Amino acid sequence: MSDILAVVDHRRGELRDVSYELISAGRGLADATGGDLHLAVISGTVERFAEKLDREGVDAIYTVDYGEEFNHGVYTQVTTQLYDKLAPQYVLTANSVNGIEYAPAVATELDLPIVTDAIDLEADDKTLTVTREIYGGKVETTVELEGPAICTIRTAEWPGGEGTGTADIEAFEATIDEDALGSSVRGFEEVGGGDVDIADADVLVSVGRGIDDEENLELIEDLADALGATISASRPVVDSGWLPKNRQVGQSGTVVTPDVYIAVGISGAVQHVAGMKGSDTIVAINTDPNAPIMDIADYAIQDDLFAVVPALIEEFQ
Amino acid sequence: MKILLAVTEVATVDDAFEIEGTEIPDQYLGADLNEWDEYAIEEAVQLQEADIAAEVVTVTIGPETCEQTIRQALATGADRAIRIWDEAFEAVDLLDVSTKTAILRAVVAEEEPDLVLSGVQSDDDSWGATGVALAAAVDYEWAAVVNHLAHDFEDGTASVRRELEGGVEELTTVDLPAVLTIQTGINEPRDVSLPDSPQTKRKPLEVYGLADLGLEESVAESRVRLTAMSEPERESDTTVWEGTPEETAGELADLLREREVVQ
Repeated sequence: MSDILAVVDHRRGELRDVSYELISAGRGLADATGGDLHLAVISGTVERFAEKLDREGVDAIYTVDYGEEFNHGVYTQVTTQLYDKLAPQYVLTANSVNGIEYAPAVATELDLPIVTDAIDLEADDKTLTVTREIYGGKVETTVELEGPAICTIRTAEWPGGEGTGTADIEAFEATIDEDALGSSVRGFEEVGGGDVDIADADVLVSVGRGIDDEENLELIEDLADALGATISASRPVVDSGWLPKNRQVGQSGTVVTPDVYIAVGISGAVQHVAGMKGSDTIVAINTDPNAPIMDIADYAIQDDLFAVVPALIEEFQ
Repeated sequence: MKILLAVTEVATVDDAFEIEGTEIPDQYLGADLNEWDEYAIEEAVQLQEADIAAEVVTVTIGPETCEQTIRQALATGADRAIRIWDEAFEAVDLLDVSTKTAILRAVVAEEEPDLVLSGVQSDDDSWGATGVALAAAVDYEWAAVVNHLAHDFEDGTASVRRELEGGVEELTTVDLPAVLTIQTGINEPRDVSLPDSPQTKRKPLEVYGLADLGLEESVAESRVRLTAMSEPERESDTTVWEGTPEETAGELADLLREREVVQ
């Protein structure tokens, strides 16, 4: 009971980056427990995926050739069966939209404690210590547990595993109870197309919850006009229907890398930051000094946007 | 169709706060209806207004102070509410996913809903796991991060869209009964007026402890323990401009000129 089992993520024919990050996170834990790192790759072109995943520190890769795309029922059944076979100490999955759709079910099926959205993991021979964020990243906590557990890791927190490995790649004969599969994926759809591709913009003025009211967007439009910039937004503004989906920056929207990103009234939730941290220069205007955006920004103004933005527009008139 | 709505009251924290041990003192904390749950409530009420849902029942794990938040769900249109609390919870720092799942499982067994709706996660703790863990525990089907739900429920199934990363949606058919975790933006939650109206106050709000649900007190003993709390280390090299709005706007204007964003 010292091994680690990490189940990787893929979608529409491609392994997702977090799959390689699971190798780093899993290897780190395996070094701490003195066990092996096993990977599981379920559905899709599993042999091709397994070759790519054979990186330094991976001891074994189990492939399950069943279906093409993620199905939470299949993932739950296979992970449960692999757990029974391998008896790992810890099971790791991605804290992705798909990861959180089966990891909690595995926890229930195996009666394991689950900790989600880990940003750091430490283990000794009996205790797992997990660091996670609460209150939208304003506070960090550690939680501890003893015995086997399942844990989902935040994407882009660990480096991707590198090098070439010598893992044993083995087809795992899972028994899929098809009668128990109560959901089926009919297809995928790209959303958020339209008039503007914010990924092409050199300068983005990005507006968040701090704008308070749809009517106040006019102020942001004036600023964007003055700067010749494109307007983008964080999730709450799009959820409110004030701007269309194609303006949304973040994990579920568009990833942008402009020369200058001006975040106006945006707190900087992790899902948002995932979509803009590659910007060359980041400026934040926010009243809350503890907002995560204030750490990510290169330049920050801790003040009311309704005071600063008009003054900024004035500068260019 | 009967809908069970899992409604959470979340803690909010002031801009300036302190941490004492593994707690933030009450003076820095507020309370609010979980943002994701607002959308779940709206979705349930729309199903009720379309005569698809015959009954909408809310369930909340929390102390008496959450009743203000529960009334908000009732004011939006839910028919009745269940609140679960027990002295055993007061001695523990956190209720982990297994504990919440065990509690909600007992409620589902009692209420036998066709559809359970909850928010994807809670604003404060962000576990994001209880809905799916519950579905597996009660042998319901499920879908997580749902941002569209078709209101026809043909052939005993729900037709949903799941919001994946990178602007991609998954179109999925889910057998009923099911648990759906609802993503923000699925609808436009209405403004709730009069949570204190006599009509809302007349709606039943039942309170149960662990024993009432046939559960042992040991359910409260989570296997996951909270051991430390801190403000994240500031590793950033952010330049903070200080001064009046005119001065800070001037600094930013200079930067934008320097970067040739504007002349």
